[in-house]
Amino acid sequence: MYIYIRRKLIHLIPIAFAVTALSFFFIDLLPGDVADAIAGIGTDNAVVDEAAVQAIRKDLGLDRPIVVRYFSWLGNAFQGELGKSYQTGQLVSDAIGLRLPVTFQLLAMAQFLAVLFAIPAGIIGAYRAGKVTDKFVTTLTFAFLAAPSFIIAIILAFLFAVMLNWFPATGYIPFSEDPIGNLRSFTLPALALALIEWPILSRVLRNDLIETLQEDFISLAKAKGLSNIYILLRHALRPSSFTLITIVGIQLGNLISGAVIVESIFALPGIGSLLVASIHAREVLMVQGIILVMAVAYVAINLAVDILYGALDPRIRQ
Amino acid sequence: MTAVSVQVAASKKRNEGLNIGFWLPVAWMGILLFTVAFADVLPVRDPTISDFTALKARPSLEFWLGTDVLGRDIFARVIHGARISLTVGFFAPVFGMIIGLFFGMIAGYYRGKFESVVIGIVDIILAFPNIVLAMCILFFAGATMINLIIVLSVTSIPANTRIARASTMVFSSRDFVLAARAQGSSDVRILWYEILPNILLPQLAYILSFMSIVIMIEGSLAFLGVGIPPPTPTLGGMIAQGFPDINTDPHITFLPALFLFLTVLSLNLIGDHLRKKITVRQSAL
Repeated sequence: MYIYIRRKLIHLIPIAFAVTALSFFFIDLLPGDVADAIAGIGTDNAVVDEAAVQAIRKDLGLDRPIVVRYFSWLGNAFQGELGKSYQTGQLVSDAIGLRLPVTFQLLAMAQFLAVLFAIPAGIIGAYRAGKVTDKFVTTLTFAFLAAPSFIIAIILAFLFAVMLNWFPATGYIPFSEDPIGNLRSFTLPALALALIEWPILSRVLRNDLIETLQEDFISLAKAKGLSNIYILLRHALRPSSFTLITIVGIQLGNLISGAVIVESIFALPGIGSLLVASIHAREVLMVQGIILVMAVAYVAINLAVDILYGALDPRIRQ
Repeated sequence: MTAVSVQVAASKKRNEGLNIGFWLPVAWMGILLFTVAFADVLPVRDPTISDFTALKARPSLEFWLGTDVLGRDIFARVIHGARISLTVGFFAPVFGMIIGLFFGMIAGYYRGKFESVVIGIVDIILAFPNIVLAMCILFFAGATMINLIIVLSVTSIPANTRIARASTMVFSSRDFVLAARAQGSSDVRILWYEILPNILLPQLAYILSFMSIVIMIEGSLAFLGVGIPPPTPTLGGMIAQGFPDINTDPHITFLPALFLFLTVLSLNLIGDHLRKKITVRQSAL
């Protein structure tokens, strides 16, 4: 197991390095330099103050070679120093730290709901494979796979917030203030994400279950006279859920993309809506910091999933 | 005699059932492609001209799908928006497939060090959520059509590389590759003449799915206001613009959304159908 984890970590180090480097070098795609962008050059209503631009340039140390700048940036990033907003003076790390819990809660609730929908759907699909019920579930997954997250989100907002008025359309209530209001404000955004996520999980689970149901130990369980439901839930589900676990990790990237959109639509103050707002406000350092956090989180969570996978299924470690 | 006719009838019925799920999407894509391609010749209005006497009009004979907040014809805007979606949705997956095939084939054929590097690159691309990656590059490099196509082809490289690598690994251990090598064929020749023809068809079967994903991402980017900027109409942009008025004039939001949904669904259904056809042929080889 330790060898397995060490191998995963060794594979991870160059990737983590490249990911941070890319987050850093994205900024150099900008026409002009970072200081120009921060001072607003290139936008329509820019008031160009050359002295201010020079001051920002000096502040960021843009006169140094890029490799030196990268390593000093990386060193600062390790200490949680990602620079500050030149418009509001807020520290990038503070802004991200404030909003990260919201995104975490959204992703956790969405993932929970997605698994909650996917498991029964996958079981039904596998149990009735090729029958009408299976075809119905498959058609349903097809329809949801074809709907982009923002369309699902606006349909949910239209149905449950505008027409039925069951849930708030926008706004965020902290859990410490009003737990029920908090859950209510998260319901629609989490549901929107779960609805784009569950078809993928459900299809993976269905295919794995169909394979498991061919195994000898299932025939044995049937011969013992156990009920179908018992066999499906107690004998077949666990060995069929390995791929599901990996997919949950891989899908995280999609889920973060979805969170960016859903947070913007439902006005949840997570890092996704912060990213969109920062892009519109041309807050270069904020954008850079958020990309870094998202990419590093993705890599770290996938490492955790890999380790969990290895712990659950010893064959993988070989 | 009766048994035979019953059997024939049953198989005929099954065929029809299969075909509706295939031909309906094909018809939708055909009509859409035709209208989009000939939008300048067909009687489609100018998508940027406002009619201030008919703001937020409901669908009617004059305006087939109604008008938006600025009195612009929604049908014309949907067609011109679909033009962008389909252009991006065609070129980005094709470029992504070419690059993915190149790296995937080399990785699957040579294995070893090069393979680890390719897998590493794929993992790096995957670490950036696709919409986030696209948003940021468009933000830093400018939201032009070319940049949009480049960015979205990057997002379809990982999956293409993995598929190409997996199928190359399968074929490079087959006897005909061994035979070619025994004849003294160069690696380039083996890859180009022996392996590529075999893996190209399964790879193409996935391209429609990538097209649908790319069209969804393009729609999302336009919705967030980081895609091709106005006044050029985009489906995502139209949906975003109609969203504030959703409780009074839902058609402004939902008609472009329906177009996007049907297009993506059609591509998925056609792709799935073709993939099943091709896999059957594979197993019969």
